[in-house]
Order: sequence, then C-alpha cells, then structure tokens
Amino acid sequence: MKRVLSTLLVLVVILSMLAACGPTPTPEKVIVTVPVLQTVTVKETVPVVVTAVPEKPTEVTYPRNETLYVSGAAWGPPSDWNPFITWSKANTTGTIGLVYETLFLYDPLSDKMIPWLAESGKWVDADTYELKLRKGITWSDGQPMTAADVVFTYELGKKYAAIWFSPMWNYLKSATATSDYDITFEFTNPLYQEWDNNLYNIAIVPKHLWESRTEEQITAGANEKPVGSGAYLYETHSEDRNVWVRNENWWATKLLGMKPAPKRIVDMRFSSNNVALGAVVKGEVDLSNNFLPGIATLSEKGYVKTYFAGPPYMLSANTAVLFLNTTKKPMDDPAFRKALAFSINTGDIVNVAYAGLVKAANPTGLLPSLEKYVDKDVVAKLGFTFDTAKAKQILASAGYKDVNGDGFVEAPDGSKIELEVTCPFGWTDWMEAIKIIAKSAQAAGINLKDATPDYGAWNTALTTGTFDMTLNNWAGMSNTPWTLYNLLFRHPIQDIMGSGNFGRWNNQKMFDLVDKLAATPSSDEAGMKAVCSQIQELMLTEMPVIPLWYNGLWAQYSDAVWTNWPTESSNTPSRLPCTWSGYWQMGGLIMLTELKPAQ
Amino acid sequence: MRRYLGRKLLIYVLTFFLAVTIDWLIPRFMPGDPVQTMLSRASLHAEAVEVMHGYYTRAFGLDVPVWRQYLNFWVAIFHGDLGTSVYLFPQPVIKIIMRAVPYDVFLLLPAILLSWFAGNWFGAFAARNKWLDNTLLPLGYILTATPYMWLGILLAWLFGVVLGIFPIAGAYSFSMRPHLSWAFIGSVVKHWFLPFASIFLVKFGGWAIGMRNMIIYELEADYSHYLEALGAPRGLIRKYAFRNAILPQITGLSLDLGVIVAGALVTEVVFSYPGIGYLILQAIQNQDYFLIQGCFLFIIIGVLLANFAIDIAYVIVDPRTRLGMVGESA
Repeated sequence: MKRVLSTLLVLVVILSMLAACGPTPTPEKVIVTVPVLQTVTVKETVPVVVTAVPEKPTEVTYPRNETLYVSGAAWGPPSDWNPFITWSKANTTGTIGLVYETLFLYDPLSDKMIPWLAESGKWVDADTYELKLRKGITWSDGQPMTAADVVFTYELGKKYAAIWFSPMWNYLKSATATSDYDITFEFTNPLYQEWDNNLYNIAIVPKHLWESRTEEQITAGANEKPVGSGAYLYETHSEDRNVWVRNENWWATKLLGMKPAPKRIVDMRFSSNNVALGAVVKGEVDLSNNFLPGIATLSEKGYVKTYFAGPPYMLSANTAVLFLNTTKKPMDDPAFRKALAFSINTGDIVNVAYAGLVKAANPTGLLPSLEKYVDKDVVAKLGFTFDTAKAKQILASAGYKDVNGDGFVEAPDGSKIELEVTCPFGWTDWMEAIKIIAKSAQAAGINLKDATPDYGAWNTALTTGTFDMTLNNWAGMSNTPWTLYNLLFRHPIQDIMGSGNFGRWNNQKMFDLVDKLAATPSSDEAGMKAVCSQIQELMLTEMPVIPLWYNGLWAQYSDAVWTNWPTESSNTPSRLPCTWSGYWQMGGLIMLTELKPAQ
Repeated sequence: MRRYLGRKLLIYVLTFFLAVTIDWLIPRFMPGDPVQTMLSRASLHAEAVEVMHGYYTRAFGLDVPVWRQYLNFWVAIFHGDLGTSVYLFPQPVIKIIMRAVPYDVFLLLPAILLSWFAGNWFGAFAARNKWLDNTLLPLGYILTATPYMWLGILLAWLFGVVLGIFPIAGAYSFSMRPHLSWAFIGSVVKHWFLPFASIFLVKFGGWAIGMRNMIIYELEADYSHYLEALGAPRGLIRKYAFRNAILPQITGLSLDLGVIVAGALVTEVVFSYPGIGYLILQAIQNQDYFLIQGCFLFIIIGVLLANFAIDIAYVIVDPRTRLGMVGESA
C-alpha cells in the first residue's frame, strides 16, 4: 500500500514539475493562440442520479445552448433574496427585475417610462396619482396579483423605518385600493421626481406571503426561495453563483407576447479581474459586466462585442465627481476650486488611466442620457476645460503665490497648502486617475498628492468630512437630473453626510433650487430645464464639485451562443446590456427577451 | 505525564483567551464604521441612511458601551453564536464559515499532506545523490521561493487559457448542479486540480529542501559517524538520520495544518475558489467585525489544536521528550 502511494506521489510530482517547467510563451503569443469564443461547457447529458430530493425535478446539467452565462454584478456570495435589503442585491442580482418586478420600467436610452406591472399611471391633480394595475398577472405560486399587493408593499415603508423608501411617506398621505386593479395615492407637496424614480425601483411583493411576517423578517430576513411575479424563478445558488430558471407561466408572455430566450441564467462571481478576463477570453461568459482594462484591444480584434464599435466602447453609467471639502482651506475659496477644475488633465484620465474606455464628462456632470437638461449656453460661458495656464492665471489673480519657492503656491494669507486626493485602495482605475489628478494639479502649482486608504477608512473620511478631495460616483443612471443633484447638493448638512454633499458645501440658494427641481412634475419638461439651468449656472460659478468623467456601463459580450445583443447599430436593439442590480428595470430584462440563439 | 499535560492545557486556555480578546479588539481599532460602509452600498435613495444607520447599529449591538460589547461577545461565543455578518447581512457568521470551510479543507488537506510526504521522501532521497541534488535542489529553491499567486496565475494561464485543459474559476462547472454522477465528480476534480497543484508545488519545494538539509546535517552528526565507525549498514544509519530529521518537519506540518482554514487565501482569489480566503479579505476590507472575529476564531482554534497535537506527537515520536518528563517528576 505504502509503495503504491509513493509511486503515485512520484507520478504526481513529476507531472506537476513538468507543468511548472513548461516553456513560457511571450504575452504576444496569447492573443494569437487563444481559442477565442470557443464553448467549453460539458455538452453530453449526464445520467441523472439525484440523491437529495429536489422540490421539482430539474436538470442537473444545463445545456449550453439554453443557458446564458453572465458575470460582473456580484461582489460577494449570495446572502439574501429580500428586495427590501437593497445594498446586497448585487450579490443576488435579478432578485429585483427577474423575480420581483416593479410597476414601471425605465429606458434611459429613449428616456421613457414603460408601464409594466402597472397598465397606466397618471396625476389627476397636483396631489393625486391614480394607478391602474394590469389584469392577469399571477405570482409564481399561482395567486393573482391585485391592488392589495401594491398597497401592502408601499405601506411597508410607512410602517418600518428600515425600509429604504420610508422617507417617501413624508409626502405620501395614503395609498388606497379602490378596486382590485385601481389604486389612488394621495399626497401633500409630492416630490414628483423621486416618485417617478420609485415607480421603477420599488419591487412589489405578494401580500399573502408577506403579511404574516414580523418586522425583522421583512426588513432583515434572507427570504430564501423567493416567490415573485417575474420572468425567472430562483433555482439554486452556491458561494460563487446564482442560477435562475425561466418562469414558463410569466404573465408578460401571455399579455405582451414577450418571452426571454435563455431557459437559464447562471450569474457567476469571480474573485478577481484576471479570472473574469480569462473566462471572457475562453468564451465561458456570454455577457460580462466586469470592468476589464484592455478590453478595447479585444473588441477591436473582434473577440468580444461592445455597445460602441469604437471609443468609448461602453455606454456611460455614472459620473465620477471630484468632491472638494469646502469646510477646509483653501477649498472654501471658489477661485481655488475653479483653478483646480482647469488644472485637471481629464484627457489623460480617459486615454491613459482608462485606455479610452470612458468619456470625459460634461462640466455639468449630467450623463449623456440626460443631455437635454444641459444648458449649453451656461456651459459655454462658465464651463471648464484642461488648461494649466488658465489655472495658474486664476490662482495668481486670486492671490495664490509661491512664497517659499518650492514650486507650489501658498494661500493668500501666506499659509502653506498641502492637500490629498483619495480613493479606496484596490480600485485600480481610480487609483490611476487620482495619480493623474495630483500630477496635473502639481503642474499648475497646487501641492496635491494622491492617497489610497482602505475602503472602510475612505468611507468614514467621506461621510464625516475629514478628507480634502475625493472621488465619488454614487448617482447612477436615472430618469431625472435630480438624482445627480441630490447627490451633489444633499441637505441639510449633518454630522454624518452618508449620501451626498460630502464636501459639505453650504449654499441655501442651491438647496432651494434642488428642492424646487424635486417638486417639479416630470411632465413639465420646460420647468425642469429652467431649474436645471439655474443649478448649472450656480454650480459652475462656485465649482463646489468637479465632474470629471463618466464611468462606463461595462459590458462585453460574445456571439457564440446568443446573438442580437444591443449595439449602437440600428439593426440591433438599443437597451442597456446590463445585469447589475437596478439595471434589469432599465433595459436588462427586455434585452433578455430580444436575445436570439446563435444559428 | 498528567502534570505535563495539565500545564500545557493551562497555557493553551490562557493563550486562547488572549488570542480571542485580541481578535475581538483589532477590528475595532480599524478606522471606519461597518454599518456606514454597508449602507453606502445602497446607492438608491439614501435619504433613509440616517434612520437606517441607527437601526442597524442597534441590530448589530454596536450601540452599547464597548465593555458591554466585549462581555456580550464572550457570552455569545459560549452559546456558539458568532453574530451576524455585516458584509453578508443577514447571514449568520457561523453559517458562512461552515459553507466555506469544506472547500478549504478539500483543497489544503491533500496539498499539505501530499506535499509533506512527497517533499520529505524526495529530500531524503536527494540528499545523498549527487545528480538529484544538483537538479532537485535548485528546482526546490525556485519552487519554495515562488509566490503562490504568481505560480497560480501562471498555471491558470497556461493550462486554463492557452491549453484549455483545466477550468480557471469555480469549485465545479458553472453548468452543473451538485449531484452524484461521474461527470460531476470529474468536474469537481478538474476544478480542484490547478489550485491544488499550485499549493502543492510551492510546499513541495519547501519540504524537500528542508529534509535534504536536515538529512545532510544528521548524517554528519557524531552518532552517525560513530555508527559508521562501528560498521553499521548504510541503511541503518540513514534510518536513524531520517528519524531525527523528520522531527522539525512534523512541527512544520502541524503548523501548516493549523491554518488549514485560511492558508490558501491568495490561491483562492487567483482561482476564484469559494473557500474562506476570499471572505477574510473582504471581511477585513469591509470591517465586518463579526466575520473577521469568526474567521480568526477558527484560525486560533486550528493553530492551538495543531500545537497541542505536536505536543502529544512529540511524546510519541521523540523519546527524549518522554525522558525529560520522567526526569522532571523524579
């Protein structure tokens, strides 16, 4: 026995050594020899020997041509399927969107709200919103969805402070089901912009399964085996994956003639970028929403598809904004802030740090999908561009001079300026970006250095206002410019600024403008534009924050198994090719119904 | 013997108490607020952040004075409750660890044991063989000096991407549900092989070098020369030398086994293998007090058990320890 074991070991060792001693091909060779877009999954069906008795007999091996493999949403193992715990939904992306659905969808590319669970919804007067629920929707357990489910879900926010939409009840007075399919909402001074946003973000849950739950179960329960109304059902999960299986009785197939093409969606979590890149190159992932540096090269050689064929390849998902701590000197001086804005070499961030995968931001910070709210005259008059000479000139005329001859300016009162720009450690693209920010500011004479604390420390500095300058991008794609302005100019200023205005810029005029925008009906586009224009003028004059570039909606896909992916071309669908949590309602779900099997 | 064990036990209990206290303390010294970090991931409508911050601080028991938190922590430990993870809220820490640990054991136990047997065997064999010594020794040095991550990436790239023989991510095929069949077992083994090989190779180098050096040292010791002078057969001398040389290797082995739940951190990240390594990394970055505590508790228990095992093993394998105990009680 011992001898057999030893022999075996020797064999293993020799094999392993051979492996380690193999020739080391040059990186150039990778691109040539990689069998790209080859499908690697097991194709033969395996004799089914089920040991544990599953609830329904299901396949144990997923046929490749019926399965969509996605990645890039999750940052951790699946932990819950509770649609009211919003921060962990990335790990079970699809909980909202595939399983639970929202009353409306929103398509950022056409800027349209799409009635979904709701058949229609309208403001009958300034304080009353009437919603008509679609008839014929059923939960996956067969029960019909009625107005009572919607009222129940909305009223959870009234009952429990830990529900994320509870602040909506500050202006929502009541939600009443007037029939099985009609709901009337009554308001006092409604925030129309937020209301619309909530319409496509609040996931409706079945009352008959949730009403007997305790507060803790509702706000903090894991909600295993979720029962929803959506296109997919929970099938299984493990540490590194979620598997969803198509709901063959989905209401939209009957009512709207929509049917998602993949029978199964396997959402894979990779622990690092190099693994994700490897899986993309091997064709093991159909749609990757990971940020993969260098994907431009693969896209140009035709190994993967991206939304745009050329730079920036990706749609824009959110704005990277440089927050300046206006409670500290010299960031309290608009002239200094303005000089800083002119000093930053955004072109280098776009072309060097990101190798062309992103776009420089509009000075207003509004995403391209909200471009119509940009006041071009204001931008032409007050906007900033990269111009070191101009930055130097603004500094000089505001009294910033290099007194001690170290090459960096001192404040007008003669005090030394030493500043830090931060981002969390490990966010490699941002780490590169802040290096460029620091370098270009130094070129203009501002003593700025980059620093990368751990995420936790960075987060604390951000929310307690102890940083000098830092990057942040917490306003994602949205139906309204208010989402961005709510991040930039959040008020009132509190000890902990957990959700915006991290630089604590205290300007009542701006706060009033943002409030005014929040209370402008979405149908009043001219009114929204007018307020936005005033906000932009004040923002670009005072420059309390500096929008720099748009982070991309990272998406690379393969045609090997599924085709008809969204691209800029007119013969393919225009949707957001995205599986991130919160993006299923913004196009991801409809994309699934438009996919086609290859061949 | 009883006194020996009693004294050792006391030291272990004290060490455990101190180690667990430090384990509790250190995450709390980190700058930052875990609840805030958790909530900041909810990018939507963060108007509720202030309310929810208070709510969850209470839910995690972080609103009571620090000494109280410490007492609660000990009480909970003895009830087998390691708390709720912040990073993977609302999962209980014990459940998270229990799900991940089997992967670590499955990966590390064979890697550690096989590399130990193979390394010692090879090292001892090579020690007196000029040709092997000249080839194996440099290779062993290279292997043991190789960072796990680098070798891992190299293997993943060569066998996973270029040759396409092995998968590069996951514990089993993403196209399968766990079930009993040869195809599934094959898939598990295939996914296991590269991470295993990368750990095995690095460890193998270390053991082989250590054994080789020890054997040469022992063969040059006085007792070996004495035996040689007496005309003892070469095999016998080598046997004695091997028995002496193996002692430090046993210590090394048990220390390796002690950190079995967390010893493959980098490898697991490189191969996206769902063990506890990646969780520890994430727990630290997210200041998940409870998950950090839980993971390190397992490491502490592992290391202490391993040390205890060495103490016992030495009594058995090293007669000198037994003699020492007798001498003490005399």
